[in-house]
Amino acid sequence: MFDGALSGERLEDRLPDAKPLYSPGQAQAEAERCLYCSDAPCIKACPTEIDIPTFIKKIASGNVVGAARTIMTQNILGYSCARVCPVEVLCVGSCVYNDWHREPIQIGKLQRYATEHALKKEQEGGLRVFTPKAPSAGSRRVALVGGGPASLACAAHLALEGHRPVLFEKRPLPGGLNSTGVAPYKLHLADALAEVSYVLSLGAELRHGVVGETVSADELLREFDAVFLGLGLGEDSRLGVPGEEGPGVHGATAFIEQLKTDPSYSLGSVRRALVIGGGNTAIDVARELAQLGVQDVAMVYRRDRASMSGYTHEMDLARIEGVRLVERATPVEVLREGERVTGLRVALAGAEPAEQILPADAIFLAIGQSKLRAVASLFPGVELDKRGCVVVDAASRRTGNPRVYAGGDCINGGKEVVNAAADGRDAARHMIQAWSEALWQIFPSICAASRAPTPSGSPARPPPTPASR
Amino acid sequence: MRAFDAGWGGAVWKTLGNPIVNVSSRFGAVDYNGQKMMGFNNIELITDRPLEVNLREIAEVKKRYPRHAVIVSLMVESRQEWKDIIRRSEDTGADGLELNFGCPHGMCERGMGSAVGQEPAVLKEITSWAKEFARTPVLVKLTPNVGDILDPGLAAVEGGADGLSLINTIKSIVSVDLDRMVPLPRVGQFSSNGGYCGPAVKPIALHMLAALARDPRAGRLPISGIGGISNWRDAAEFIALGSTSVQVCTAVMHYGYRIVEDMIEGLSNYLDSRGMKSVNELRGQAVGNYREWGELDLNYKLVARIDPKKCIGCQLCVTACHDGAHQCIFTGRLPKDRPPHAHAHGQAQPPTPFPVGELAGERVPWVDDPECVGCNLCALVCPVEGCIEMVQVPNDKGFESWHDRVAKGTDKVPGGLHD
Repeated sequence: MFDGALSGERLEDRLPDAKPLYSPGQAQAEAERCLYCSDAPCIKACPTEIDIPTFIKKIASGNVVGAARTIMTQNILGYSCARVCPVEVLCVGSCVYNDWHREPIQIGKLQRYATEHALKKEQEGGLRVFTPKAPSAGSRRVALVGGGPASLACAAHLALEGHRPVLFEKRPLPGGLNSTGVAPYKLHLADALAEVSYVLSLGAELRHGVVGETVSADELLREFDAVFLGLGLGEDSRLGVPGEEGPGVHGATAFIEQLKTDPSYSLGSVRRALVIGGGNTAIDVARELAQLGVQDVAMVYRRDRASMSGYTHEMDLARIEGVRLVERATPVEVLREGERVTGLRVALAGAEPAEQILPADAIFLAIGQSKLRAVASLFPGVELDKRGCVVVDAASRRTGNPRVYAGGDCINGGKEVVNAAADGRDAARHMIQAWSEALWQIFPSICAASRAPTPSGSPARPPPTPASR
Repeated sequence: MRAFDAGWGGAVWKTLGNPIVNVSSRFGAVDYNGQKMMGFNNIELITDRPLEVNLREIAEVKKRYPRHAVIVSLMVESRQEWKDIIRRSEDTGADGLELNFGCPHGMCERGMGSAVGQEPAVLKEITSWAKEFARTPVLVKLTPNVGDILDPGLAAVEGGADGLSLINTIKSIVSVDLDRMVPLPRVGQFSSNGGYCGPAVKPIALHMLAALARDPRAGRLPISGIGGISNWRDAAEFIALGSTSVQVCTAVMHYGYRIVEDMIEGLSNYLDSRGMKSVNELRGQAVGNYREWGELDLNYKLVARIDPKKCIGCQLCVTACHDGAHQCIFTGRLPKDRPPHAHAHGQAQPPTPFPVGELAGERVPWVDDPECVGCNLCALVCPVEGCIEMVQVPNDKGFESWHDRVAKGTDKVPGGLHD
């Protein structure tokens, strides 16, 4: 579906999978190791509460599409999550084998095996994971602003129930961070787009458009029964130091996007690179640069290593790949000779001398992203908190406007794909429930006869009320 | 000869008879949770090589390995054939004969193998022919495809057999090819039943062995134990239940003759650790403790104990107990409702102090002792060695079996048809 975007060779093609696909024999052997715990800790550690022991035993029995169905009932983006989730701190990290001092079950690799197999079967026209309900007179139309994981999950769950979701994406390619922001050694663009194609095949429509420019918020509220804001985050934050503006200083997410999507992009003659920040995006960029052959890659972080928000297991891998860490260093000035970046002057906390010059050919800023306050504010009743995040009810993901829902990074300030998938799913379920409740109030007797059970796995909850998270 | 070099003390030769024609393929297997060939099945017949070749090789082996036992397995039809083949087999210098009355596929369709083993009268008659012609000891190899192993076993005794060997393979279809809709192993587009063996059949073999060993007539004879023996522990179990020797085939087909090294060493170490000087001291030690159900102590009581130090919190015992046993293992600090059929009154009470595990914290389950029937299921499903122990609950009731109750007239249990 997106073959054009994948035609040229891009830098990410040089970075192979860190965790390659299991062969059937490997998957079976690993699946058979699972103890099949009851009340399993791995399920509780998953933000989408996938029934992990059940799907693993299905792999062991050879029911691989069934395994994918178990996964995708809870997390329709189970494929990308299998590849990008920090399983070390979620499901795998909670496996009882850890306490037993044995190798935990490789749940992420097993989930990838099942979902990749199932998506391939879908493409080939084989056994389907789900059969979406056909749209009917009662189908609702939902506009989803942004084409990232939260919107994709929401759209998929709506489409499965026979509703008509329309995604509005401002970028040339849909998929959000899965397409443009995930480290290539975890997930390549082609694989992210394959999952988007799957969601669209369920009955979601993709349109290119920018809310507030090519399409107005009023229009969306007028023409659709509900709106889901899956806005993500905005531009990479800047340091605000002298010398920052100009070539050679890159935003982290902008860099990753080019690496993954732009065939014309190259690193040029960068030999020494500095990555500013201590989060997971900073570690990703540093690892990508090191893997692409940049000789000297250093992360510059204002506090000590223990205070970094990036995952320890990721930082350990970065160190193995040769990434250095400069701790307690605050950037003061980007140094240039003419246009060319030559280094970064940093202030060192508690050190003598108090300042140091770190030589560099390029600097990458991974110190956060701005919030897309303006778009959210176009919808009446939608509130933002102090950080600029959209305020939603924790259970329903409904904003202050009863017809507007939100999920993903725009409500949490930047978490994992799996959190976005949970947001999108729960918003969809609550929309469907709210429509049914509304109908119930108008035609109680008719509905009593035809009221269907809630979608599988959906908890029966009372109609949500907007409240602060 | 490679087997003897590896350390095996004897061999039973592939069954001789009038050569047959075999099919391709011949073997099938059951794998379970990553273990290959937990069960094994074959549709191969007796030797397909000329009698002359087999006899020449047997003679050669006996010449080179005079101190090793070579038993010739035989399967023919008529009295004259038995006479001829016994004479020619013994002329090789072989140490004994094993009459194959067990093969449950192919040969039985021609009136041999298990067709004989399933007809005690026929088995007895052919055994007596063999005894009439033989100078060396005659073992009768029994088929397990019978209702009661004592029937053919005692027929063999009456026919004059010098020893018994069991079990031959169990009539089986090992699996089905769900794409081609053909059972396995497949011969073109068809298949046939085969004989099942390997580790999966050991429990069946042990039971049949024990049934013969504790019978006063059959138990006097040497018994060669066969069926799923893969290591010294299996061998020791067969010997403890009455075997005087053991035979191994599937495990050698899987791993080779080399497995005998550990079998010898492991068995020797075990005998040393028990202060036994010979396997003869081990022979039959467990036979007397195999009783009728009605002779078991109804007042012996066990309950499960979960060790919070070792528990990893998988809670497989909880699910197993609730879905497959007596609903008496719980989690959490609150009292729990007992199932409607419970014998004890009120709610199940968590122990005090509440067990907090070293590894699993509050995920460690607890046992509602009054409801635990001591079934073992939790201990069997627990993946952690030594975590769940079955401990005896002493009582002052003394030994009382069902037979005792019947004798005393106290065997009526309320709640039956006659209340």
